[in-house]
Amino acid sequence: MISMFSHPFMVYALLGGTGIAAACGAVGFFLVLRAQVFTGDALSHVAFTGALAALAFGVDLRIGLFTATIAVALLLGALGRRGRADDVVIGNVFAWILGLGVFFLTMYTTNRSGSGSGNGSATINVLFGSILGLSSSQAQTALWIGLGVVAVLLFIARPLLFATLDEAVAAARGVPVRVLAFVFLALVGAATAEATQAVGALLLLGLVAAPAGTALVLTDRPFRGLGVAIVLAVGEMWVGLTLAYLVPRMPPSFSITAVGTFAYAAAMIYRSVNRRRAAVPASAASTASPVFPSPSRVRLRPSTASTTTHNTAAPHAKY
Amino acid sequence: MPTDSGLSWNPVTDIDQMWQLDSMVSAYRAGTIVAVLAAVVGWFMVLRRQTFAGHTVALAGFPGAAAAVFLGVSASWGYFGFCIGAGAVIAALARNGKGGMAEESALTGIVQSFTLACGMLFVALYKGFLNGVNSLLFGSFLGVTSGDIAVLAAVAAVVLIVMALIGRPLLFASVDPSVADARGVPSRMLGVLFLVVLGATTAEVSQITGSLLVFALLVMPAATAQRVTARPALSLVLSVLFALAVTWFGLGAAYFSPYPIGFWITTFAFGCYLLANVYGFFARRRGTGRRRVAEVAMTVLGAS
Repeated sequence: MISMFSHPFMVYALLGGTGIAAACGAVGFFLVLRAQVFTGDALSHVAFTGALAALAFGVDLRIGLFTATIAVALLLGALGRRGRADDVVIGNVFAWILGLGVFFLTMYTTNRSGSGSGNGSATINVLFGSILGLSSSQAQTALWIGLGVVAVLLFIARPLLFATLDEAVAAARGVPVRVLAFVFLALVGAATAEATQAVGALLLLGLVAAPAGTALVLTDRPFRGLGVAIVLAVGEMWVGLTLAYLVPRMPPSFSITAVGTFAYAAAMIYRSVNRRRAAVPASAASTASPVFPSPSRVRLRPSTASTTTHNTAAPHAKY
Repeated sequence: MPTDSGLSWNPVTDIDQMWQLDSMVSAYRAGTIVAVLAAVVGWFMVLRRQTFAGHTVALAGFPGAAAAVFLGVSASWGYFGFCIGAGAVIAALARNGKGGMAEESALTGIVQSFTLACGMLFVALYKGFLNGVNSLLFGSFLGVTSGDIAVLAAVAAVVLIVMALIGRPLLFASVDPSVADARGVPSRMLGVLFLVVLGATTAEVSQITGSLLVFALLVMPAATAQRVTARPALSLVLSVLFALAVTWFGLGAAYFSPYPIGFWITTFAFGCYLLANVYGFFARRRGTGRRRVAEVAMTVLGAS
C-alpha cells in the first residue's frame, strides 16, 4: 500500500483525480437535481469528437476537448427554453456529433502515422481515459481546474439551488435564472472536458451521476447533499485508484466506476431497509411549513415522508 | 471501403459498379432491415420521451459483445443478452416515471456507465482485442454475411409483429397514460414490454451500426417525421421512409468516399432533421411536434 505512493504516476493520478472527482461530484449533484444527466452524457460524447478533431488537425488534444465541450454546452442551453435543452434535441445533436467523431477518427487514421495500434489506442484513451498516464503538469492542471470549477459552483450554489428547485419563484425574486443556467452549463462543459482525460468520454457518467445519485439517496438537505456528493466522488476516485493498483489487470476507469455503482447500490439498500423500519411515525414530518424557507433548510423531497407511509400502509393494510 | 472506386457521376454505371460487390449487396439488405426496424421502434421511443433510456440500452450492446468475445461465444448472444437485460433493469427499477425525474435520470446514467465500464474490463482482460473495440462501437457494415441477414430478418419479423400487436394500446398509453390506465389499458406492462422490444431492436441494429451509432437511426428519422406531420400513422410511415433513404444514401456515399458509413448516415439524418425544423418553423400554425402528435393521436384513437 505504501509503495503505491513511490510511483510518480500514481501520485499524479491521485492528485489530478482528486480535482477531477471534486468537480464532477459538485457539477453532477446539480445535474441530477435538475434532471439534466442526459446533457452531461451528450457533452461527454462531444468531448470525444472534440478531442479527435484536435488530433486530426494536429492540435493539442486538450484544446479541442475544452473548446468543443464548452461551446456545445452553451449551444444546448441556447437551443432549449430557459437554458434547458429538450432531450430529443440533445439526442439528435449528439448522434450527429458522434458521427462527426467517426469522421475525424478516419481522418486521423488516414492522415497521421499510417495505421496500426497507435491510432487504435488514441481512440481507446479518449473513450475510456488514461488516468495513469497523466504527467506532472497535466495532474496539476487537472487539480486547479477541478478546484476552480468547485469554487465557482460554490459561489453560485445558493441562487442556482433556488433556481433549480423553483424556477418561477426564483425568477420573480430577481434571481438571474437564465444566466445561471448558462454559467452552470459552461461549468459542466469544463468538468466534462477535464474528466474525459481521466475516465474517458464513455465512463464519465460514473463520476457525474453515481456520487450525486448516492448523495440524493442518503440525504434530503441540499447543501449537505452537495458536500456528500463531492466527498463520495473523491473517495470513489481514491478507492478505485487503489484497487486498480492492487489488481494490475483491472483498468482504473473500470474500478472507479464500479466503486461508484456499488456505493449507489449500497445506499439504495440502506434506504429501503431504513424506510421500512421508520415507516410508521413519519407522517408528522410531511406537515412542514408550505412557505419557501431559507435554502439551507429546504428538503429536496418534501413529499417523501407522506408517500412512504402511503406506499407501505396501503397495500398491506395490516392494521 | 474500397478507395479505388471513383464516382463517374453516371448513376447507372455507378450503381452497377457498386452492385458488383457481394458485400455491398448484403450491406444494403442488412441496412434496409435495420432501417425499417429502427424507424418503427424509434418512433415510439421519441414519442415516449425515452431517448436517454434508449441510448443507455444501446450502449449496453458494447459490453455484451465484448463479454461474448471474451467468453468465446458468438457476439450476437452478447448483444441480445445485454441490450434486453439493460432494458429490463431500467424498466424494473424506474418507478413508472413517478419516482422523481432526478433519481430516474441518475439511475439510467449509472446503469449506462457501469455497463460500459464492464465492457472496458472485458476488453482489458481479453488482450489483443483492442482493435476490435472501434468496430464494436462504430460498426462495420461490410462484414455482414447471408447467415447474419437471415437472423436479422427473423428478429425483425418478430419485433415488428409484436409492435403491430401492441401498437395501438402502446400509442394510447404513450400519449395519455392516466386516461389509458382508467380505460383499462395495462400501460405499466406495455412500458416494460416496450423497453424489452427496444432492447431487442438496439441489439439487432448495433450489430450493424455499432453501439454508439444505433441511436442515430433510432432517434433522428422519428424526430424528423414527428416534426413534419402530426398524424400518427403518416409520421410513422415517414419515419420508415426517412430511415431507408438515409441508410441507402449513407451506404452509397460511404462506398464512393474514404469516409465511414456512420458519419454519412448521421450527417444525412441530421440534415433531414434540420430541414424538418426549418419546415416546422415556417409551418408552425399547422402544429407539429410531440404535443401536437399526442393531440391528434388522441382524436384518432377516440374516434374509433
